[in-house]
Amino acid sequence: MNNLLRLEEGVARIVADDPWLLVRSPEDELPAGSLILPLNRWLQNPFGHAVWLGPDDEVESLKPWLPILPLIALDFPSFRDGRGYSQAYLLRTRLGWTGELRAVGDVLRDQLSHMRQCGFDSFAVREDKSAEDALKGLAGMSVLYGRSAIEPRPLFRRR
Amino acid sequence: MYQYDDYDRALVFERVAQFRDQVERFMAGELSEEEFLPLRLQNGLYLQKHAYMLRVAIPYGTLSATQLRTLASIARDYDRGYGHFTTRQNMQFNWIELAQVPDILERLAEVEMHAIQTSGNCVRNITTEAFAGVAADELLDPRPLAEILRQWSTINPEFLYLPRKFKIAICSAEQDRAAIMMHDIGLYLYRDDDGQMLLRVIVGGGLGRTPILGLQIREGLPWQHLLSYVEAVLRVYNRYGRRDNKYKARIKILVKALGIETFAKEVEEEWQHLMDGPAQLTEAEYERVASAFVPPDYRSLPDVDLAFGTRMADNPAFARWVSRNVQPHKVAGYTSVVLSTKPGIASPPGDVTDAQMTAVAEWSERFGFGEIRIAHEQNIVLPDVPKADLYALWCLANEQGLGCANIGLLTDIIACPGGDFCALANAKSIPITHAIQARFEDLDYLHDLGDISLNISGCMNACGHHHIGNIGILGVDKNGSEWYQITLGGSQGKNSALGKVIGPSFSAAEVPEVIERIVHTFVSYRESEELFVDTLQRIGLVPFKEQVYPKVLEESA
Repeated sequence: MNNLLRLEEGVARIVADDPWLLVRSPEDELPAGSLILPLNRWLQNPFGHAVWLGPDDEVESLKPWLPILPLIALDFPSFRDGRGYSQAYLLRTRLGWTGELRAVGDVLRDQLSHMRQCGFDSFAVREDKSAEDALKGLAGMSVLYGRSAIEPRPLFRRR
Repeated sequence: MYQYDDYDRALVFERVAQFRDQVERFMAGELSEEEFLPLRLQNGLYLQKHAYMLRVAIPYGTLSATQLRTLASIARDYDRGYGHFTTRQNMQFNWIELAQVPDILERLAEVEMHAIQTSGNCVRNITTEAFAGVAADELLDPRPLAEILRQWSTINPEFLYLPRKFKIAICSAEQDRAAIMMHDIGLYLYRDDDGQMLLRVIVGGGLGRTPILGLQIREGLPWQHLLSYVEAVLRVYNRYGRRDNKYKARIKILVKALGIETFAKEVEEEWQHLMDGPAQLTEAEYERVASAFVPPDYRSLPDVDLAFGTRMADNPAFARWVSRNVQPHKVAGYTSVVLSTKPGIASPPGDVTDAQMTAVAEWSERFGFGEIRIAHEQNIVLPDVPKADLYALWCLANEQGLGCANIGLLTDIIACPGGDFCALANAKSIPITHAIQARFEDLDYLHDLGDISLNISGCMNACGHHHIGNIGILGVDKNGSEWYQITLGGSQGKNSALGKVIGPSFSAAEVPEVIERIVHTFVSYRESEELFVDTLQRIGLVPFKEQVYPKVLEESA
């Protein structure tokens, strides 16, 4: 994918050579290469490919497949649809997913720090936006009162 | 009151810097209106009919004198010399320039205030009643847990893009003055026989176009589980709440669709993963926050003040004000005073000028401990006034137009800003308010009528809480003109009820006459000192309808 940011050991960088191709429609003829498929399509074709979930998909359905999945993407059809945050949180904290978790869709600079807190570690920034500019959105604030996927202890246990 | 520590301070200043950058990018065209919208809403900024409106949070309705002076300075320097208290412990400024908002927010941050999450589809300002910590009927002070919840919900990354706004209120008194049945989550804090602090959790209440009282999903929840339980409710809502239709997106619709048992089961299931985890509150954290809410250094005062008694006997107007505007206090010799922002046509409900704010700040220091509260009825409370000072305060309040003796009376109208300001409104609220206040100017008559709440909302978003007014007025749009629908029988508190529509709506000109007929019906059926709500309960809607409709129809025919 183009316009991709990835966190590697806590440092964010722009990835120029990401091998993954996002297949949006389940009806499409599959191209060659490393694919990120919609859930239904992926279930027919699980080996070697990655999966993306829409906000209506249940993350729990991936539980048996986690050991073989190379990457999971969560789609934001609109940046104002916040279900992806809970999906990411659950994948990381409840289902124990440790592989790459990618935000795709309406992924914009001003939400990146929230996505990062919820456990995303790669971000396919919407293609009409500058990835370089979006990098500035990853840092967010220095204070988190509550807890998150990357900071399991609330502030009152960190004081 | 709560004082910021280094974390709180860092957060509000970083937030100002972040929003300053977002405003600049929007003004430079780098952010679209659509992209900017939720960012500005989560910083309290609305675009209204004429200008931007900024909504500032007043957590648990508490302000220091310094904070109130700062609000006055903002009204003076950035607005048109006044601000508006809302029904949810906020102050709104109506005439704001976008480019100046970061400077305003910075001025607020300097006095430990902010506008974070006062709007948007996120957890809003946590509210308590205005008399928290001082009410004579209080079981426990709800503010420490409210503050803990405020912090936890502030920029909580998972819950910033919920299906819809999310309002939480906490109450812990005999009378529910925080309207917990009308909130997305209502929390009632009490102690069991062993002295354990417990929570009753109510979900799915709300006004708006589908008014509904909340339902209990949990009784006897130990307070340590407050955050994990609220997190469980929010996660279930964030995942399954409707997003296809903004009018069906509040949690109340989800609760209704699933049924309370199924919803409660989902929450309990989610909570099983969270309970006893790191979100479990500690005694130390409770103590840390509670220490900010220690009672002030009250003097030992006699419960009876002879000079006060003499004033009451000599001055009926003062006595009348005391009977309506002064509340009992848990410390002997002290009272809580409600300053009415509803003097009638002089100004709209909840509006206060910078001069009034400055004066109130001074009184709070002179007659109290420099603390001011904002009640959800849009009035100002001075929580710790010695009885001996009431007369002096009353005289000063009158000079500033804040001494109207109408708390809880028909003219203590709760109203949203309405069509004069709000882009959502179907109809104006303020002219209707003034027309009713003008019709009922006679204070003796109003006092005879006793407690009657009258709430006006300019549209079904119900910011004026019309459903829970004994008399509710809702602005509706009929073919582009403004009409008003009347409900009767709403009430707030422990006996919360939603009003019922009495019939077809009225034009603005008809409304004062209709209210007069309703009041007249009450008076003719009233038994001795009966309250309006009790008479209504006893005789039902029919006698009111009979009085209201035939004659109005004849006249307009």
